[in-house]
Amino acid sequence: MTTTTSTRSTGVGRVLIAVYGLLALAATGRSVFQLLDDFEKAPVAYSLSALAAVVYILATIALIMPGDRWYRIAVLTIGFEFVGVIVVGLLSIYDPVLFPAKTVWSLFGKGYGYVPLVLPIVGMIWLYLRRPRAVKAAPTTSTAA
Amino acid sequence: MIEWFTWVQLAVAFPVGLLCIVLGFAGRKPADITMGATLLVEVLLFVQIVVAVVAPLVGNAPTGSSLEFWVYLVTAAIIPPLAIVWGLVDRSRWSTVTLGVAALAVGVMLYRMHQIWFVQVA
Repeated sequence: MTTTTSTRSTGVGRVLIAVYGLLALAATGRSVFQLLDDFEKAPVAYSLSALAAVVYILATIALIMPGDRWYRIAVLTIGFEFVGVIVVGLLSIYDPVLFPAKTVWSLFGKGYGYVPLVLPIVGMIWLYLRRPRAVKAAPTTSTAA
Repeated sequence: MIEWFTWVQLAVAFPVGLLCIVLGFAGRKPADITMGATLLVEVLLFVQIVVAVVAPLVGNAPTGSSLEFWVYLVTAAIIPPLAIVWGLVDRSRWSTVTLGVAALAVGVMLYRMHQIWFVQVA
């Protein structure tokens, strides 16, 4: 069982996956509502919100799945989130019309308790600690649960 | 929404969340107390669904968007069962932490639902 498990889905990484899953669910729920309810109000922001939701879902899957390929997808999606929350966070301060306060990344994710800002940082640290080469060098560290 | 019932839910969800996180970090596997507590959060959400269906019929309609309220409520009701299934499949202490995170998330969402139903700032 342990041999088929991803090294990213062990120990405290499971909590990270759970929080990512929650954020994916929350972002998807909200963006579905926004697309249904008032898409014309801020099409750019709401489209980006939907894209963010999809990326959160992909990142959650990438953290669960084993293998180097999924590792790279995890790095890409989590990196994308970090860039997204920083860029949209800054834009939402300087151009509030383009990004109303109701998107997942607005004001650095304030509406979500800054989880969208903190999570990619924690995620990248976790991925760094669980990078394929480091795990090969010290395989016993991944069995702690 | 009935205001006092929502406060009861919050008074359950947040302590349950903290309890599970503390027990999880203390190394406890998911057990009757943590799984049961999360189940209680879910049962209260089901009661809330009934309340949210009936209340508008008796003249207690949400002041905000009803669609947004329901997106929150349905999403919130999905979370505890997922966490409980997770706890049954993965018997590690991190599952206990996950139960706690789920309960806290439900708490935050209930607070947002409360705002949508009762408080309109915009």
